[in-house]
Amino acid sequence: MLEVKNLSVRYGDLSILKNVSFSVQEGQWLMIIGPNGAGKSTALNAVTQGVGYTGEILLEGRSMKQIKPAERARMVGVLAQNHFVGYSFTVEEVVRLGRYAYSPGFLSGRRREREDEAAIERAMDLTGMTPLRGKSVLTLSGGELQRVFLAQVFAQEPRLLLLDEPTNHLDLIYQKQVFGLITEWLKTPGRAVVSVVHDLSLAKAFGTHAVLLDEGSCVARGTAKEVLSAANLNKVYRMDVSAWMRQMLSQWEEQADDPAVADGLAAADEFAVFGKEESAL
Amino acid sequence: MRTRTEKFHLWEYLVFFAVTAAVFCLCVCVGSVNIPLGEIGAVLKNAFLGQAQTNALASSILIPVRIPRVLCVALTGAALSVAGTAMQGLLKNPLADGSTLGVSSGAALGAVIAIAFGVVFPQIPFGATTVMAILFAFLSLMIILGLAYKLDYSLSTNTIILIGVIYSMFVSSAMNIVITFATDKIQSITFWTMGSLQGTGYTDAALLGVTLLLCGGLIFFHARELNAFAVGEDNARHIGVNVRRTKLVILITVSILIGVCVSIGGTIGFVGLVTPHMVRMLVGPNHKRLLPAAMFGGAVFLMLADLIARTLLNPRELSIGVVTSLVGAVVFVFIFSQSRKR
Repeated sequence: MLEVKNLSVRYGDLSILKNVSFSVQEGQWLMIIGPNGAGKSTALNAVTQGVGYTGEILLEGRSMKQIKPAERARMVGVLAQNHFVGYSFTVEEVVRLGRYAYSPGFLSGRRREREDEAAIERAMDLTGMTPLRGKSVLTLSGGELQRVFLAQVFAQEPRLLLLDEPTNHLDLIYQKQVFGLITEWLKTPGRAVVSVVHDLSLAKAFGTHAVLLDEGSCVARGTAKEVLSAANLNKVYRMDVSAWMRQMLSQWEEQADDPAVADGLAAADEFAVFGKEESAL
Repeated sequence: MRTRTEKFHLWEYLVFFAVTAAVFCLCVCVGSVNIPLGEIGAVLKNAFLGQAQTNALASSILIPVRIPRVLCVALTGAALSVAGTAMQGLLKNPLADGSTLGVSSGAALGAVIAIAFGVVFPQIPFGATTVMAILFAFLSLMIILGLAYKLDYSLSTNTIILIGVIYSMFVSSAMNIVITFATDKIQSITFWTMGSLQGTGYTDAALLGVTLLLCGGLIFFHARELNAFAVGEDNARHIGVNVRRTKLVILITVSILIGVCVSIGGTIGFVGLVTPHMVRMLVGPNHKRLLPAAMFGGAVFLMLADLIARTLLNPRELSIGVVTSLVGAVVFVFIFSQSRKR
């Protein structure tokens, strides 16, 4: 679906990405991982033409540079890391912007109003935004705001979803919700996800494939299992990654049998489900 | 639960138009000589029907002086307000305006250069000052935004304001250099820096009207794009907005609006800052509603400011820019303190 060949990005004298290649096929969830400054977010920005680059980025075999912005947006959606909205738009107004790419041209085309409205309602239902539709986005919490933009990108109905550390600043409950929703979304055939993540556990849990970047170069790519090997990670992160992860996890082990914990988990699960039609994703 | 709809409804247009028309009538009535509304009706009727005027004093004030002036004031207010609204949306910054960014001063510099050095474009009907003002407005916007993006890609409020201040200082010193070359024209040059719509005629009003119709219309067709930019430029790109083209269209139309306004009325500050802010509180930030409302709001605001300028120290007249800047400075501090709270 998406093919990136020999992608290089420079800011002045600084080389951010050097000859990076990767691809993602339908049904796959590609994780772009690597330490800070590896060029992960820049790679995503290049796909949406946000930075100048050399090399080739092909979507369904066509160069991204030849695809018009609106047509690109009908195929590729992006969920960014933070959002700062300047004015008090309502939740619904922000979600509605997701249909921008489907609006008719100045002289040509007809507005498909019913499809637009249906997509907006569906997206807001799925993300649990319907009760907040008239609220100003300036009054929302970080987690709610992220869900507004998730609803926007669902309303956009893309086939390829790009995520730039979508849950970086969010509470764990939102992390769980967002990743749960995207997992469901990916179940429909013909779709794919590329995401930049910092958290290696998330990459391992949700990724089918992965690319490991270090200082702008591609260190490893392939299935998530191959790429997230101890040898690769230890080299790039310059530490014993799996030992550290195990040490962190072991803090929780003694509590696993505690019945109170099981109750808490069940409660959290209930909270995590918004709409009853999650399969409609 | 739908609290706001996207469109500006017909009844809302009518309400805003009625308020604007009422203020227009008030401004035509009141002045150094007050003329009752009934008298105005009679004068207008005679003028349109080509009959002899029964009230010589009223008609000699209204037809050649007061009506064209108030018309120009209303159109200038509307144009500056629409330009300010568009810039605030594009830059996602409620403090962006021709005067805060220094675009108006830049346009005035262009006009002053045209006067001081006698620049003439023989082919262009509405004169060198207008063309130079438009060119310099666009050039100023390019310089200011180029600098701003280079220094701080996120275009934070502080950066915008600082660059606006510095650019205005630069322009005012350039203006002084120009003045030393043309001391004989100092009178007409100071007019541009103060701002006044005294003595404007029907041709000015026609030029303003056509400009507002074309540029305002073009901006209005980009209301959805402006909404996207107001949410965030990256978000605009992600949802499929042609970011470069939109930016270029808005910057050019804003330059033309500001350039034409400055060439007719000089630099009248803060109109594009005060009215969009107030109107946004009334109708919300959606540009489909905000732009038409800001157009009427700007007309009303500037007509009232002009009324105060004309009548407060009667028979002496204040410069209209003095009044708008007085109000604008206060509102500026208010918006700035609010935006810092977030």
